[in-house]
Amino acid sequence: MELHAKVWKYGDDVDTDVIIPARHLNTSDPVELGKHCMEDLDANFIQKISAGDIIVAGKNFGCGSSREHAPIAIKAAGISCVVAKSFARIFYRNSINIGLPIIELGDAAAEINEGDVLSINLEKGLLKNETQQKQYQLEPFPPFIQEIMSAGGLIAYVKERVASNA
Amino acid sequence: MGMTMTEKILAAHAGLPSVKPGQLIKAKVDIVLGNDITAPVAIKEFNKIGVATVFHKDKIALVPDHFTPNKDIKSAEQALTMRQFAKTHQISHYYEIGRMGVEHVILPEQGVVGPGDVIIGADSHTCTYGALGAFSTGVGSTDMAAAMAIGETWFKVPETIRFELTGELQPLVSGKDVILYIIGMIGVDGALYQSMEYGGPGLANLTIDDRLVMSNMAIEAGAKNGIFEVDDVTIQYVEGRTERPYTVVGPDKDANYCKTIHIDLSTITLQVAFPHLPENTRSIEDVGIVPIDQVVIGSCTNGRISDFAASAEILKGRKVNPNVRVIMMPGSQAVYLEAMQKGYLEIFINAGAIVSTPTCGPCLGGHMGILAKGERALATTNRNFVGRMGHPESEVYLCSPVVAAASAILGRIAGPKEVI
Repeated sequence: MELHAKVWKYGDDVDTDVIIPARHLNTSDPVELGKHCMEDLDANFIQKISAGDIIVAGKNFGCGSSREHAPIAIKAAGISCVVAKSFARIFYRNSINIGLPIIELGDAAAEINEGDVLSINLEKGLLKNETQQKQYQLEPFPPFIQEIMSAGGLIAYVKERVASNA
Repeated sequence: MGMTMTEKILAAHAGLPSVKPGQLIKAKVDIVLGNDITAPVAIKEFNKIGVATVFHKDKIALVPDHFTPNKDIKSAEQALTMRQFAKTHQISHYYEIGRMGVEHVILPEQGVVGPGDVIIGADSHTCTYGALGAFSTGVGSTDMAAAMAIGETWFKVPETIRFELTGELQPLVSGKDVILYIIGMIGVDGALYQSMEYGGPGLANLTIDDRLVMSNMAIEAGAKNGIFEVDDVTIQYVEGRTERPYTVVGPDKDANYCKTIHIDLSTITLQVAFPHLPENTRSIEDVGIVPIDQVVIGSCTNGRISDFAASAEILKGRKVNPNVRVIMMPGSQAVYLEAMQKGYLEIFINAGAIVSTPTCGPCLGGHMGILAKGERALATTNRNFVGRMGHPESEVYLCSPVVAAASAILGRIAGPKEVI
C-alpha cells in the first residue's frame, strides 16, 4: 500500500481525551466519532483535512485512556497514517488491532513540517518526504504483528484461529 | 538470569519456563474486564468472531460505571447492550446499578482479582490490581473481544524499572503523593512500554489503599503495569476475600532491571499536579494562590473508605467555601454504606458538600459535575488533560483527599495544615 499525502503536525503527549473527548463516547459509530476527531486540540481539524492526509506528532502520541474510539475516530476522519516520535502503548495496540497504519519514527519525526508531502510504502518500510527530498527506512513490525495486520486486524486473525481449531 | 515479578507471572501464564524483555508471548488471562464505554465496542467485535459463547463466564467482569446511572439515551443504549450480553452469556461478574461501583474499586474489594493473576481490561486504569501482586494492564476493546472469545492475549514482555522504597510517609502524606511525585520525576512517558515494580523495606509502611492508588496511576507514567511485592499487608487484605486460589510471586534476587530508582518515603511532601499533564507536579508549599470552583473527591484512584475517612477528618465541623462546589463520590456501594455508618456522609452534608452515587462521572467529563469555560477544579482523580472534566478551556488540578478537603474549605488550593 502506497500512501501519498499532506502532513498535519502536532506536538508531544497528544492524549486520547483531545483525540476524541469523552462527551462523544456515548456512541461507538465510527462516522459520528470521526466528526469530532481532535476537536479539543484543533477545532478546525475536520474542516481542513482531506481524505488520506497524515498526522505527524511528537512523543507519547495517544497517551491516557484505553478508548479504542481514538484510533477509530482518526481512521473514520479520513487520516491514512499517524507518524510519531513514539506512541503510548494501548494506542499502539489498538491501532494495529483496528488496522490504522502507525509509524514510530523516533527523533526523525521532528524533521517533518506541517504541509510537507509524504510518500509511505508500508510493505517496503519506506517513508519519503517529497517536500524535503529526504528518505527514511522504517523499522519492520515484528512477524507476529505482521500476521495480525495481514489477516486484516485482530478479530480476523482470531476468527481464522477459532475456525481452524473447530 | 533471574526474572522480575512481571516476567515470572507472564511466563507462568504463557506456559514457558522463562521470558525476557522484548519477547512476544501469548498468555492465558484470569480476568477480562470492560465498562459501559468500552464493552459495547468489544461486544460488536466479539460477535464477528463466530464463537458460541465466552471462554469462561466467571472470568469476565462487566461494570457499567462511566456514564451510569445512564446520563442520556445513547448511554442508556450502551448500558443495555452490555446488560443483554451479560444475560445471554451468563456473566457472573456483571454489576448492575445497586451493586455496581467504579470498576477498579469493586474488583479488588469483591475479591475478583488476586496475587499472581494476569488481568486485562478495556480501561487504562486496569493497572490498579498490580497493588495485589498481579500482572494487570489496560487494553482496547478489540483486545477485550478476542480475549473474551479465546481466554488469552498477546503481550510484549516489558522491561522493568525497580522502585526500591525505604522510610515511612509523613503524617497526612499518602500513596497519591508518592505516585504524583514519581510521575513528576520520570514524566508521563517515563515508564513507556515498561513495568514499574515496587519493593524494599518501605513497602511495609504503605497500606493496601496507598498501593492501589500508586498502581492505578502507573499508566500516567506510560507504564504497562505497576506491581507491588506481596507481603503481610497484601495477604491480610486478600485472605478470605479472593474467590479463586491465588499465587504469591516474588522477583528473583538476580532479576534484571533496566533501572533502579530509590525512594525515601519520608522525604515526600503533599503534591499537586498542575494542568495539563500529571507530570506537572509541585509540592504544596510551591503552589501559590490558585482559587478553585469545584472539588471532586472519589474515582478509581481515591474513592475508597480511607479517602473518605481522611476527607471527613478535615471537613468535620467546618464549612465548604461558598465559592466552591464539592462533589464526593464513594467508589462502591460498600464504601458508600461504610461512609454512612461511620458518620462521614453527615459530616460532608453538614459541611455543604454533595454525595453522589458511585460513578466515574466528572473524572472523565462524563456527567455529574462538568466544568464551564474558564472554570477550575481540584480533584483526587488521575488525569488533568485539556478538557478532561468539561470545557476545553477549563482546568483540572490533581491532589490527594486531604489537600482536596482543605482546599474546599479555603476556596483555593491549600494543604491541610492551614485548616486543622
